[in-house]
Amino acid sequence: MSSNKKYWKSVEELNENSSIVEALQQNEFVEEIPTDEFLGDKDSLESSSTSRRDFLKYVGFSTAAASLAACEGPVIKSIPYIVQPTEIIPGVANYYATTIADGFDFASVLVKTREGRPIKIENNTDASSNGIANARVNASVLGLYDNLRVKSPMKGESAISWDTFMSETTSKLNGLNGKQIVLLTQSMPSPSTNKLIATFKSKYGNVNHVAYDAVSESATLDAYQAKYGTRGMANYDFSKAMTIVAIGADFLGDWQGGGFESAYAKKRIPANGKMSRHIQFESNMSLSGANADKRVPLTPSQQKLALAKLYSYVTGVALPGSLPEALDKAVKDAAKELSQAGSNGVVVSGIQDVNAQTTVLEINEHLRSQAFDPKTTIKTRLGSNKAVTQLVADMKAGKVGAIIMNGVNPMYTLPNASDFKEGLAKTDLSVAFSMKQGETSSNCQYIAATPHNLESWGDFEFKSGHYSMMQPTIRPLFDTKQFQEVLMSWTETSGSYRDYLKSVWTESVLNGSSFNKAVQDGVFVTGTSVSGSNGSTTTTSTTTELEDKKDRTFLGGVIHDVAVGVGIKEEDKDGYKTTTSTTTVNNGNNVDTASVLTGGTAARALAASAKDGNLELSLYTKVGMGDGQQANNPWLQEFPDPITRTSWDNYITVSQADAKAYGLINENVANGGLNGSYVDVTVNGVTVPKVPVLIQPGQAKGSVGMAFGFGRTSKALKDEMKTGVNAYPLYQGFNSVQEVTISKVAGEHEFACVQLHNTLMGRGDIIKETTLEIFNTKDKKHWNSVPQVSLNHIETPVTSPDVDLWDEFDRSIGHHFNLSIDLNACTGCGACVIACHAENNVPVVGKSEMRRSRDMHWLRIDRYYSSEDSFKDDLDKKNNISGLGSSLSEFAELENPAESPQVVFQPVMCQHCNHAPCETVCPVAATAHGRQGQNHMAYNRCVGTRYCANNCPYKVRRFNWFLYNKNDEFDYYMNDDLGRMVLNPDVVVRSRGVMEKCSMCIQKTQKTILDAKRDGRLVKDGEFQTACSAACGNGAMVFGDINDKESEITALKDGDRMYHLLEYVGTKPNVIYQTKVRNTSKA
Amino acid sequence: MKKPYQSLEDNPTYNMKQVIYCSLTSKIFSLCLVLLLSFSTSLIAQEGDPVNGKSLFNSNCAACHKLDKPMTGPALRNVEARLADEQGLDRAWLNAWIRNSSSLIKSGDAYAVKIYNEYNQTAMTAFPQLSDQDISDMLAYTAAPAPEPVVVSATEGGPVQEGGVSNDLILGALALLFALLAMALVLVNRTLNRFAEAKDIKVVTEQEKRTPLWKAFVQNQFLVLVTAIIFLLASGYFVYGYFMQVGVDQGYEPVQPIHYSHRIHAGDNGIDCKYCHSSARVSKTSGIPSLNVCMNCHKSISEVAPETLAEGMDEYSVDYNGEIQKLYDAVGWDGTGYTGESKPVKWIRIHNLPDFAYFNHSQHVEVGGIECQTCHGPVEEMEIMYQHSPLTMGWCINCHRETNVKVKDNDYYTKIHEELSKKYGVDQLTVAQMGGLECGKCHY
Repeated sequence: MSSNKKYWKSVEELNENSSIVEALQQNEFVEEIPTDEFLGDKDSLESSSTSRRDFLKYVGFSTAAASLAACEGPVIKSIPYIVQPTEIIPGVANYYATTIADGFDFASVLVKTREGRPIKIENNTDASSNGIANARVNASVLGLYDNLRVKSPMKGESAISWDTFMSETTSKLNGLNGKQIVLLTQSMPSPSTNKLIATFKSKYGNVNHVAYDAVSESATLDAYQAKYGTRGMANYDFSKAMTIVAIGADFLGDWQGGGFESAYAKKRIPANGKMSRHIQFESNMSLSGANADKRVPLTPSQQKLALAKLYSYVTGVALPGSLPEALDKAVKDAAKELSQAGSNGVVVSGIQDVNAQTTVLEINEHLRSQAFDPKTTIKTRLGSNKAVTQLVADMKAGKVGAIIMNGVNPMYTLPNASDFKEGLAKTDLSVAFSMKQGETSSNCQYIAATPHNLESWGDFEFKSGHYSMMQPTIRPLFDTKQFQEVLMSWTETSGSYRDYLKSVWTESVLNGSSFNKAVQDGVFVTGTSVSGSNGSTTTTSTTTELEDKKDRTFLGGVIHDVAVGVGIKEEDKDGYKTTTSTTTVNNGNNVDTASVLTGGTAARALAASAKDGNLELSLYTKVGMGDGQQANNPWLQEFPDPITRTSWDNYITVSQADAKAYGLINENVANGGLNGSYVDVTVNGVTVPKVPVLIQPGQAKGSVGMAFGFGRTSKALKDEMKTGVNAYPLYQGFNSVQEVTISKVAGEHEFACVQLHNTLMGRGDIIKETTLEIFNTKDKKHWNSVPQVSLNHIETPVTSPDVDLWDEFDRSIGHHFNLSIDLNACTGCGACVIACHAENNVPVVGKSEMRRSRDMHWLRIDRYYSSEDSFKDDLDKKNNISGLGSSLSEFAELENPAESPQVVFQPVMCQHCNHAPCETVCPVAATAHGRQGQNHMAYNRCVGTRYCANNCPYKVRRFNWFLYNKNDEFDYYMNDDLGRMVLNPDVVVRSRGVMEKCSMCIQKTQKTILDAKRDGRLVKDGEFQTACSAACGNGAMVFGDINDKESEITALKDGDRMYHLLEYVGTKPNVIYQTKVRNTSKA
Repeated sequence: MKKPYQSLEDNPTYNMKQVIYCSLTSKIFSLCLVLLLSFSTSLIAQEGDPVNGKSLFNSNCAACHKLDKPMTGPALRNVEARLADEQGLDRAWLNAWIRNSSSLIKSGDAYAVKIYNEYNQTAMTAFPQLSDQDISDMLAYTAAPAPEPVVVSATEGGPVQEGGVSNDLILGALALLFALLAMALVLVNRTLNRFAEAKDIKVVTEQEKRTPLWKAFVQNQFLVLVTAIIFLLASGYFVYGYFMQVGVDQGYEPVQPIHYSHRIHAGDNGIDCKYCHSSARVSKTSGIPSLNVCMNCHKSISEVAPETLAEGMDEYSVDYNGEIQKLYDAVGWDGTGYTGESKPVKWIRIHNLPDFAYFNHSQHVEVGGIECQTCHGPVEEMEIMYQHSPLTMGWCINCHRETNVKVKDNDYYTKIHEELSKKYGVDQLTVAQMGGLECGKCHY
């Protein structure tokens, strides 16, 4: 049967006379393939030196050579010391107490060194203050091995010797003819450096020392100075506070230099039915807000008014100005709680306004707050906005002869960096003491290469009377000199800086105590030996007092929660949106300290200064990046922000309502990555273009937030680290709150966000939580019941052996390790994540891999938002779903976080299940269980099927998709010899194609056991530690042996709050969680 | 089986020539030496007893003095005669110096001060306990004439050559014998043939034609099949064996930059392994001793005894004194002090565990009480260190299965051992029963 159908091959056939159709009938291609051109041209063929035969020869030879070479084992050389230092034994770690002080972070730490290499930073538990290393301090050890460090002093672009440097700079300093010499330094509360600077001043005459903080606390300092006479900040001890009201203060972050979280966490764990109550008023979602019992979102200008009102309600002084009704009620409630708490209450604020800070001091004094300690001055921020502004003006006017900078990067951190650059060109001499060829140092005439903190001597007075000692833990890697050493040469002071430091300490600090002991301890507190007994008696008396008064803070029915933030009523919105013509907010930057108002007048001035803006920008610092000086640190770049869970980026955080108004979106695209819109951000005519937008639940409507520390461009960074946008140009007048306009621009930004699902959708088995009231009054089964499963249609607890698929092993002999994670004490700070990175040689994979959710972190901190006002409401909503229609719509709703959600953090690592699903599916038995409870992973046995990862209900297994070490594609730190020096020699570096995961730091537990065996003794409680539990200063992570019945972990394991993650699965994990208890009255 | 992997250009090729006659000859020479010594001492009229003097000298003086070479203190050969000749100092001065040199220096004695300054102002230990007789015994020992160095050099070539010739002689004689035998056979054969020819006997050489064996074999398919299977199995066995030894370096004996003899140090001198490898007690690595540990002894031992030197030359073609000199070059020791010019020694590592296997020496040596020789073999007999054990996982596991945990007097084990042994119903737990076979104990 024939057919008349005509099959069309192309549209050309419609055209009857098409030459193309004609050509295609003859040839395969329309145009001739130019084979002759290449093959026919004999010259070009012959001129090529490699013939096909040669090529095959080369291939054959190299294959044969490669296979022959593979047969021969490599010859490994071992080179012993000529004279071995007595303290170094290869294979045994040494610990040194020292200090990390980079001008932004100040911490007393212990440094673990192996064969002379510092490889890890740990907390110095002897320290009375600042003994807890945060994520950045933990990561700073990698900065030591940064191969972009300046390796010798430089003049312009060329390396010079120190002799040349010294002779040239000294002659220039002497030839200034009385022009001003400026020392622009980071905040250095260092007794010996200050003395050296004084000597320098007396030698060179016209010397001006300006301390400069990239992120200024100047208003706080001014207010404190006006009230108490010394420049510094009041100390707060949150372990003495039962009611904490914070207004715009991220005191769990970098507020006042940070370091408050461990004291705070102490009172967050319910003990004897009591825990502290924390109310947070803020615009950006911060760590503090996420941990608060009650969080009230409000714009920065409303914060000022709220603080003034708080003052008014606490003291009874009437003040003008009015807040929206809901906010006013929230402030009133907070004031009521504060008044009831009395001396157990405390108020803190981060508003950079002298009046605001004065008001805070006054409220705390009024409360006689025990947590408030104005006598102990925090000295880690000393910068003055006024002095820095004056300096830039002087430089522009050509009044500055020489500028010597140490540890600062004004070209990057100053909002008016171009003015500074202009001024810099007018100086006769500009020297930058720097580890890097950064934005500033490459614009200076000389770069004085400085050593890393871990290679330096130094001393610091963190708080009055609390000293910390910095000692070198390694010989300087490069030809570097400390600022202090050069100062000594300039002032012709003889001896080494160490000897100088020692003499200063012996004279003015130690008061007869041993210098060597101070170096060994790393910390020194004045007067401890004298007033030790006195001090301890006062402590006991305060404790009893505190316990008496705690009753008053017990909540009962006192607090009436209000729906705030989202609950701003419709009628208030007009007033909220009004645009005011006054654009400048009186930030008090230039307030002369003498003119600071007192006695309620500050609060009145504060109330008057609060003007509603159109859209207000709050600039903040991230837990990961801080002020940006460690921007070349891949650990910190890859560290996901605890709140947004986004790494390798900064962005502008926008509330859901504002995003809708401006048409800004966040969406998950096909490969699972998060994309976001771009906006141009303009402040007073200065525009930062193409800032990615991240819609932030809990962001106060009418406010936006943006983090410092990103968008660096200089030679100090590898290209991969040049991420994000620079927010410093918006930091005008050193005011972290700015009136801002944003406008959407085309394009979508690709984020590297590792958590795409933000809500729990009412799944109470992942995070169990309850309120303090229920916790105190009801039985455990009401708020922490064991899940039931059906066995022959009878509900049976999942812990019963009858419902188990597997037989139980007897683990009662020997050690059995458990790790407890207290969701109440965990603030989400992420120090554990970085500590785990350092301890376990976890690779860095880079932004694009992170975006593909191929992050390698063994320990992640999940962050969940509630979809309703609270997680309890989520649960109720889920339980009340009935019918298909309702379930479809309401489950979809539950996927979206609320405008002002509750937040919870949950660190998740391998749960080390006793009945592990991963072990049963491994075809090669590469993962197996140990008697001590650990789920072992033999990397060399793994063939990479990834069955285990698929069968893991906790998604904690990580696959090495690529070779992350010695691979140019992943040029982070494992790709160069210097960077690899940070690797822990006790943990193998994994190769491509194998699965890896948390080992519960088996190298550490094995070492502890071996030490005990060698000494012939039992292991004491507290000796067993994992990297994360050791790094956790909050006490949220406790590790130990549950077969030791006296141990802390056993008590936690048997405690009422204990639960297992996804307990109904029946995996019987060895990681346990402690139910989160919120101090809210609402059930 | 020993496979040298690596040779260093500055080292002669290591040659294991066994020589059996050397010990006899060296004994003869040492006997001559003793005879010579005893003869010469008897010549010199002295009241001291040089034999007692030698033992006293070795126990009291040898740490800082040598007879022919200055060390921490001056060389002492013929010291009494020398002092008397050059300085005019008598036995009384020597007695005073030996018993308490510092008081002599304090008294301002010119020569005492000179000597004190010459030797870096290091005060000599006072020996007030030495009697006059002791001192004269020692001086008698020092007065003995130096042994002729020629004696030593004579031993170098002689016996080696002699041994070589005798070997060749025997071989030559044997070869001659075989040649004669072969010739005799040929001659006999020829004679017999001639007889046969003469007697007209036909020597049958031809055989009837048959299928060649190989053809028969090829035609028998069953045989071919069986042979092929056997061949395949056999080759499979050998291929498996080959692959299993890839990366196993048992017997690895590289040539080291310094010919260090464990046989002399650990064997002859009986130095405890952990004297040099001290970190084996506390660390995961046993540690290659730093050179300052070598210098603890080699500051005063700059050359080996002549017999040892001869032995080294004979058996290992190594000049031990030259090897000690390499050590001195590395640490920068010029015989009296450190020059400060040092160059590290690049030893070739013999025992290489892969990175993914964690091994801790202190666990085995200190806690387990395992002898070093259990894994490292008879180190005290090794002239050059080699890898004794295969260091494979199977080898580790076997030992863990067989070895009992050393629990005695260790409080850590008391409770766990009691409970576990009850559980397993044994008196002594093996390492495996203690959990020593778990993956994560060695792989992390």
